[in-house]
Amino acid sequence: MKRFIGFVKKEFYHIFRDKRSLFILFGMPIAQILLFGFAITNEINNVEIAILDQSKEVTTQEIIHKISASKYFNINQLIEKESDIERIFKKGKVKAVLNFEKNFSKNLITKKNAKIQVITDATDPNTANTISNYINAILQNYLKEETTSSLKAYKIEPKTRMVYNPELKSVYMFVPGVMTIILMLVSAMMTSISITKEKEIGTMEILLVSPLKPNQVIVGKVFPYIFLSIINAIVIIVLSIFIFKMPVYGSFFLLAIESVLFIITALALGILISTISATQQTAMMISLMGLMLPVILLSGFIFPITSMPLPLQVISNIIPAKWFIIIIKAVMLKGVGLQFVWKETLILIGMAVLFIGVSVKKYKIRLE
Amino acid sequence: MSISIVNVSKSYNKVNALKNISFDVKPGELFGLIGPDGAGKTTLFRILTTLLVANEGVVKVAGFDVVTDYKNIRKCVGYMPGKFSLYQDLTVEENLMFFATIFGTTIEENYDLIKEIYIQIAPFKDRRAGKLSGGMKQKLALCCALIHKPKVLFLDEPTTGVDPVSRKEFWEMLKRLQDKNITILVSTPYMDEAALCDRIALIQDGNILEVDTPKAIVKHYTKQIYNVSANNMYQLINYLKEYPFSHSVYPFGEFVHYTDTRTNFNSNELKTYLRSKDLSNLKIDKTIATIEDTFMELAK
Repeated sequence: MKRFIGFVKKEFYHIFRDKRSLFILFGMPIAQILLFGFAITNEINNVEIAILDQSKEVTTQEIIHKISASKYFNINQLIEKESDIERIFKKGKVKAVLNFEKNFSKNLITKKNAKIQVITDATDPNTANTISNYINAILQNYLKEETTSSLKAYKIEPKTRMVYNPELKSVYMFVPGVMTIILMLVSAMMTSISITKEKEIGTMEILLVSPLKPNQVIVGKVFPYIFLSIINAIVIIVLSIFIFKMPVYGSFFLLAIESVLFIITALALGILISTISATQQTAMMISLMGLMLPVILLSGFIFPITSMPLPLQVISNIIPAKWFIIIIKAVMLKGVGLQFVWKETLILIGMAVLFIGVSVKKYKIRLE
Repeated sequence: MSISIVNVSKSYNKVNALKNISFDVKPGELFGLIGPDGAGKTTLFRILTTLLVANEGVVKVAGFDVVTDYKNIRKCVGYMPGKFSLYQDLTVEENLMFFATIFGTTIEENYDLIKEIYIQIAPFKDRRAGKLSGGMKQKLALCCALIHKPKVLFLDEPTTGVDPVSRKEFWEMLKRLQDKNITILVSTPYMDEAALCDRIALIQDGNILEVDTPKAIVKHYTKQIYNVSANNMYQLINYLKEYPFSHSVYPFGEFVHYTDTRTNFNSNELKTYLRSKDLSNLKIDKTIATIEDTFMELAK
């Protein structure tokens, strides 16, 4: 026990004396959560649009008012001729142009069919899509309010309700994702680097020629990072609750237990990486390429797994982050208990056991 | 025997680092492993410290087999690798404390063993190990290797890259440790340090050339050696090598060590030859063989 405490003490000296690792440990989680929360967002707000109103009637004015009254759009300017549309897009500030046809009201009443052209700048396809959906929604809304019974025909009116995230806040999606990335990064990359560092500077040679057992070395190396990762998880959750008003409907205790489980899985992966790499640089490359990219791309954090091609869907199953994201989303947003996420939890436990088993087997008691 | 090595061979990817070597180190001995870089010294150290497994042969350290009983060996040996291998971001005291703890002891418990060495670095005990000078680093590394009172101490090139004064001090410390009944195996590429050992093994290209006391090894050298000097060292070496009766020519400090193939060597004859080659300030004197001469002769 004394040996263990001595070892852990030494690890903490290493961590606190290395400014770079301190920054990765504590600066990065905060920076990432704020970045993802504020800057990277799928919501649109105050999008600049231009209007080309060729009929200039009461109806079109009403629609324009409705659009400018919403918080989503800002009417940047009114243009007079179609040839201006391209010029205005090229300037870059305006993201969409609404083009009302001539005799808009007349067509609406006599032909029951009036046309508005919505032109969006699709250099950013996601935003363009969102803009056109929002405009559509506003127009439908207007139509519903204004049309007289004489115009009403048969129609199916879908009433959608977005459960668990009614306002479709992207922060609800990013917080679980960022938490996963950070825990993975801190746990797997930092441990694999700290173990390979001992190999690189040659101290591993002395540790091997000492009565320390392999598991004592590994546990001693990993322990500080469990502790620091838990602190990180707490920081992330507190930040997201207080700054982004992210709800936690489920139990904090379950959330904590699942987080610790994921941390252990990631640490085990880190140990595994350190057993196959000889230098810190290799360990870092493997962690970044082999862990971070799949976590970002294949875990369902950014891109929905169901819309991936089948081979990628299959691969996504072996990524621990996928299961962790499912679990914490369920716990935080749906407020479910263990009875709904036991399958994912079991998968994570299985992965942790497998990784630890393989790394204990692969851990070298000699130099070769 | 403290260390016994019997018919040990080791190869890495077709390179034979050690070729069927055998020797013993007696308890309490200060044993030197002398050889140039790449001779196989570090490989042998790693086999002895259980870090590598030999392809062939049997090795015992402190009575334990290095393969089957490696755990016991790791408890009772001290190892100082050739590369400085302490934690550079830990202070002198923290390093020493860490190594004491992992060996299940305390600095106080074995303080008399390291006292003489530690008092020299004690003024810097709050300094990070990475900021120490070369000699200080080696003293600290020695303290760390000694802190658990090992039975056998392995020092792989402890004085490489250390200034001459620190080297001398370091060897004095080793001599004192010997009195405390610790067997020491030390490797060095410096021939002058060899003379300070009880016994030495000369190693080259994975072969042991000779194992004996430094004095006896020098006696194996039967040829008379001459110190030759002249105004132009480089030309002198070239002309000596061209001399039909030359046996060996090695630069040695300010002199050239020369041996002749004949038994009835006449120094005046050589002088005349060298003068004819436009060399001046010629001096030729008899001298006694050193370990380096023996090594060169054996390594031929």
